[in-house]
Amino acid sequence: MPYHHTIGHETYRFADLKTLLAKASPTRSGDTLAGIGAATAVERMAAKWALADLPLETLVDNPLIPYETDEITSLICDRHDATGFAEISHFTVGDFRNWLLSESADEATLARLAPALIPEVAAAVSKLMRNQDLILVARKCRVITRFRNTLGLPGRLAVRLQPNHPTDDAKGIAASILDGLLYGAGDAVIGINPASDSMTVLHGLWRMLDNVIQRFAVPTQSCVLTHVTSQIRAIEQGAPIDLVFQSIAGTQAANASFGVNLALLREARDAALSLKRGTVGDNVMYFETGQGSALSANAHHGVDQQTLEARAYGVAREFKPLLVNTVVGFIGPEYLYDGKQIIRAGLEDHFCGKLLGVPLGCDACYTNHAEADQDDMDTLLTVLAAAGVTYIMGIPGADDIMLNYQSTSFHDALYLRETFGLKHAPEFEGWLTRMRLLNQAGKLQDLSASDSLVHALTDMTHAA
Amino acid sequence: MTDRQISEVKANPWRDLKQFTAARIAVGRVGASLPTDELLRFGLAHAMARDAVHLPLSVPKLAADLAHCGFESCVVDSRAPDRATYLLRPDLGRELNAESCADIAKLRSGCDLAVVVGDGLSAIAVQRHALPLLRAFSAFAKHGWNLAPVIIARHARVALGDAIGELLRARLVIMLIGERPGLSSPDSLGAYLTYLPRIGRTDAERNCISNIRPEGLPYEAAARKLLWLTEASLRLALTGVALKDESDLTLIEG
Repeated sequence: MPYHHTIGHETYRFADLKTLLAKASPTRSGDTLAGIGAATAVERMAAKWALADLPLETLVDNPLIPYETDEITSLICDRHDATGFAEISHFTVGDFRNWLLSESADEATLARLAPALIPEVAAAVSKLMRNQDLILVARKCRVITRFRNTLGLPGRLAVRLQPNHPTDDAKGIAASILDGLLYGAGDAVIGINPASDSMTVLHGLWRMLDNVIQRFAVPTQSCVLTHVTSQIRAIEQGAPIDLVFQSIAGTQAANASFGVNLALLREARDAALSLKRGTVGDNVMYFETGQGSALSANAHHGVDQQTLEARAYGVAREFKPLLVNTVVGFIGPEYLYDGKQIIRAGLEDHFCGKLLGVPLGCDACYTNHAEADQDDMDTLLTVLAAAGVTYIMGIPGADDIMLNYQSTSFHDALYLRETFGLKHAPEFEGWLTRMRLLNQAGKLQDLSASDSLVHALTDMTHAA
Repeated sequence: MTDRQISEVKANPWRDLKQFTAARIAVGRVGASLPTDELLRFGLAHAMARDAVHLPLSVPKLAADLAHCGFESCVVDSRAPDRATYLLRPDLGRELNAESCADIAKLRSGCDLAVVVGDGLSAIAVQRHALPLLRAFSAFAKHGWNLAPVIIARHARVALGDAIGELLRARLVIMLIGERPGLSSPDSLGAYLTYLPRIGRTDAERNCISNIRPEGLPYEAAARKLLWLTEASLRLALTGVALKDESDLTLIEG
């Protein structure tokens, strides 16, 4: 089915839906790399006009990747709430943008509508939206999840404490955990990316995280971000696993390149649920995603990277995750070239995730071969906080010494709390107050070596 | 003035824990923010990493050093003609250019093991650590493995090893490649193992040893891991997610 739009004397034609979406997407190097981006700025605008006139139904009725050969497409179609969709099926994509920004689309309506939205609809409308639109609408979407604390409440911001160490050294990891906790970070999760995939090493990390959380009664959860098959095996071997992690993407073939499929993710979730380790809820999954992963795995089917990213949230949604994280600038300049592209992608991902009902956080980050720096991360953090992001990363000094990239720091979280008046997850806030890490005014307390928690955590680090 | 500035900085009483990690812990704060000196330290490290990304690999020196230690080598290029194209077009970095295909075709084919040394995103890493790792590895390896010459690859991505390994008809290809530079580690080397290398292999079909450098995973430890994975791969005829690194277990039990 051809799509077209005429500007002056020239008619721009788009052979199919995925071409239309790709050409309507804001500029990014990954779509250029895939050879599917708009060739000129005017062609991009023509695609946006044509997209604005497209009925939402067309997107629902015409899967970009065939139902029969892609289990993500079949998942999205099978789970689609057609009854709910009837409420908005008369909209074009352009109408839908207007409606989302209107007062009719309030928090309750958007929450009710989430199951009626497919990722392709979220992606399509995002392509017509300015950054401020992405912020305004995402702010209205509320996604609340629970394990040992409650994440996603209004006026709250959580932080993943990421204490990575290049050789998984226990003392090195413990030192970073101490640093993060004493800076008030760690309510989203204490999550280690291990350097090793050795089961012996991984078991040590799970035990260590469990010890910290138990000993100091920290209302948070732990995760070791290794392959899902290792986590299933570890659960069988009795490891104290809170959250099960996996990287996921928006096509079956891309997930296959990660060595996963939906059945395996179901098995993993069941295994985690069987441990019943959550105290206030049972959201046991932690997913990471990022634009460009399908192209990187040569599994993109000619679909633009932002639409595929939204489809990854379609996968995540199925498993009721506690946390989903777009690792937005990690993949490198061939997918998101510079600060401008990274910032735009972060806002798009957060918007699409929240609109679909997924608890989205963002690893605002970049690599040293991208045209970006910490100023760009400041901007991204600030706009994400304005958009109501669920959580961000906390890494000592924003420098991940294992994964070799720059993200955001414990200090960056303090900056957002200060600027936007954002509090921690309530259970975690209570703990920080009991531990006298926060003062009466809710600000970080000055600490001395003789404070009991500083002392105990320091001892723990030496003994690790 | 200086004294007054310093007095605004709230130091962290756990600074001695820095002995356990290179992570930027206990940096103190001014209000919610980084003290000026920390801010500048970070800026300098980023500047150094930015500069490192663009340094070229000195191929003649690497080839000479390899020859000096008894490793025959052969130089190839990917289809990325320069650094700028290499950064924006990883697809070109995964393919051999025509001339290099012809050069490899001249080598004897059919081997157990092919080692490729690729610049990747940090030529310094390769320049510093590839040879010491190879020497440690060959000192441990007591098997009569049939080895191809070491292939030095410019503007290389990990999957370039598949194209090379396929042409060499290698059972296993080991790609030693410069990892993307971090702030504290502009020179991290990675080792990727792929059994029966063929164009189109996915990352799930590889095993990886990361952060090889004296301050990270030192040569001997990395070489032992590499040996364990090489032996296991050739014995089980696979690499990837189905091959779990249990080298630590073997060492403990061993």
